[in-house]
Amino acid sequence: MGPSLLVLSIAVPIVGLLLAFVVGGRQVERIVLATMPIGLAIAVGVAVATRQVDGPLVYLLGGWEPPLGVALRADGLSAVMMVTTAVVMCAIGVFARADFVVPEGVAEARAPFAFWILLLAIWAALNTVFLGGDLFTLYVALELLTFAAVPLVSLDGRAETLQAALRYLLFALLGSVLYLVGTALLYGASGTLDIVLLSRLVGPQPGTIVAAALMTVGLLAKTALFPLHLWLPSAHAGAPAPASAVLSALVVKGSFFIAVRLWFDVMPALPGPSFVQLLAALGAAAVLFCSVMALRQERLKLMIAYSTLAQIGYLFLMFPLAYDAGATHLARGEAFTGGILQAMSHATAKAAMFMAAGLIYQALGHDRIAGLAGVGRARPVTLLALALSGLALIGVPPSGAYAAKRLLLEAASDTTQWWWTVAIQAGGALTSSYVLLLLAHAAGAAPEPAKLRARVPWTREAAVLALALVSLLLGFVPWSAYFPISPQALSNPLTFETLSSALWPILAGGGIAILLGRGTIPSAFMPGVGVASVDRMRRAALMPAGWIMRIDDALRQWPTAVVAVLVLATLFGIAIAAGR
Amino acid sequence: MSATVFGLCGAVAAGLGLYGVITEAQPLRKILAFNVFGAGVFLIFGVVARRGAAAGFSGDPVPHALVITGMVVAFAATAMAVALLLRLFNASGTATLDADTTSAERDSTDT
Repeated sequence: MGPSLLVLSIAVPIVGLLLAFVVGGRQVERIVLATMPIGLAIAVGVAVATRQVDGPLVYLLGGWEPPLGVALRADGLSAVMMVTTAVVMCAIGVFARADFVVPEGVAEARAPFAFWILLLAIWAALNTVFLGGDLFTLYVALELLTFAAVPLVSLDGRAETLQAALRYLLFALLGSVLYLVGTALLYGASGTLDIVLLSRLVGPQPGTIVAAALMTVGLLAKTALFPLHLWLPSAHAGAPAPASAVLSALVVKGSFFIAVRLWFDVMPALPGPSFVQLLAALGAAAVLFCSVMALRQERLKLMIAYSTLAQIGYLFLMFPLAYDAGATHLARGEAFTGGILQAMSHATAKAAMFMAAGLIYQALGHDRIAGLAGVGRARPVTLLALALSGLALIGVPPSGAYAAKRLLLEAASDTTQWWWTVAIQAGGALTSSYVLLLLAHAAGAAPEPAKLRARVPWTREAAVLALALVSLLLGFVPWSAYFPISPQALSNPLTFETLSSALWPILAGGGIAILLGRGTIPSAFMPGVGVASVDRMRRAALMPAGWIMRIDDALRQWPTAVVAVLVLATLFGIAIAAGR
Repeated sequence: MSATVFGLCGAVAAGLGLYGVITEAQPLRKILAFNVFGAGVFLIFGVVARRGAAAGFSGDPVPHALVITGMVVAFAATAMAVALLLRLFNASGTATLDADTTSAERDSTDT
């Protein structure tokens, strides 16, 4: 039973989307919504089945053993990512019903038809990414993911979103061609692309090192790790809210997952210490630059898109912490678990946040952060959902982000890399800063009650709240069943010490928000005394923020970004070779 | 010998394509440059197949199978990019990738 679930998890969304495509019209939404609980049940089934077997669940397509055949494999990592995907998908499905209805008197409308079908296509592609047992299957899955994600950006057909979609597609293609070159070189060097067989064959030959560097940079371009992020802000901020939620929460995790597979499963012994430090340095730069950019945004959706970029950077901090310097390879342990937990909690929290932003946009008719005052009084549940997803993102105990941070910090102190402790804590403070800035504006009182444009069905708010709560309660899940950590590593997230230690980054974040936040902070959040001195400090702090914005603008130009791809590929190659 | 020549040709095509991807401003030219880049990569797959010849075959069939899949993907990607480009042209009358005003300009209106 277990192994056949792996095939079903890919086949069911595809059957659903083909059926919806053929039937069309008003039935599309019903077919897709009916497929979603089945997909969720299958994902949970896989998660249960992986616990019952020793080693991964394996399904051989057509009964052919690798290297001749292709295998699907599910380990604990695949299982938890599949369940996360399924939960986020179901919440988005419930939320999106009101956004994508076919108008009365029309048999079929373009945007709903495309949205529902692409949603299932993304799901099928992601499950293939999580289960694919060889590098070429992963390439095909990655391409399916991109092709399903790009049209979501331009569902409304406006010129700016079409431009954003085209930029996304072209940059993603660059990434996938680089990945493809890597697979060709790896196949040439070892004669197989199966992950298990390949992991026994790869060694530090020049061809393998070039392949690894090219594949890594290709995957980073698709994940939008700073400085390869030119496509993400416009694409994620321009899409309709449910589409932004899918793109930000799930689609970027697909290529991140393949990078994790590549380094932890295919070639754990290949990277030297300099390579893992370089990768995390890019992550730290992403956290710093993109958090400051988030603080300086005028529009809510752009702020959330930049927050996604900063959180993607956070994911890459796990690489040096998971590096076992004694055995010179990457090991699945606490740091690895922390990184994956961070990916899961970001997926749930960010989807909730984008959907809450969608509710605000629907209620107010705009999403300017400075004009959010009064939305809390008019729509308290929406504000609550926004606040909870923000707290989950910051990593307040017992959220998943908190558990992730705790594991990463422990790994940093175990491996005596104090600089990553600093980066992790600073990242937490920066996350708090833009979340607090946003909440300060949204919770502020308006001079006159906000005029609401539309009524919101309660199911939409419930879907957002549920997803934010899932993210906030992820710390309670016994992760040691799926990851190689001790059950004590994450025990009791609600002691006085953990709660008080979680307070410091939030206080620091408040300070950063006052110094760097765009526009005037609502006066209720500022003490009356010392306004003048705060003003002076603000002027001083805004200067480096201005430089960061200029650098970001320069990096988001097409030629700079492609040259950055090449420079990074070269640096990765040198770093891997130097580590040998 | 011939495998080496083809391999070098593939590398040159990939390099030319990559150069075009960086320098060409027009999206249609970028798409074409991608196809040149892709063709170079597919040629490298052919060379890998030739070098893997064994058991009486003149080449390893697996890279051929991979490259056919790769071509299908490249074809679909090109079709999608051209379709997006056409819609962009119909919607805006121009076809460039240059984004809106930079955020530094937008920030100058900050109070």
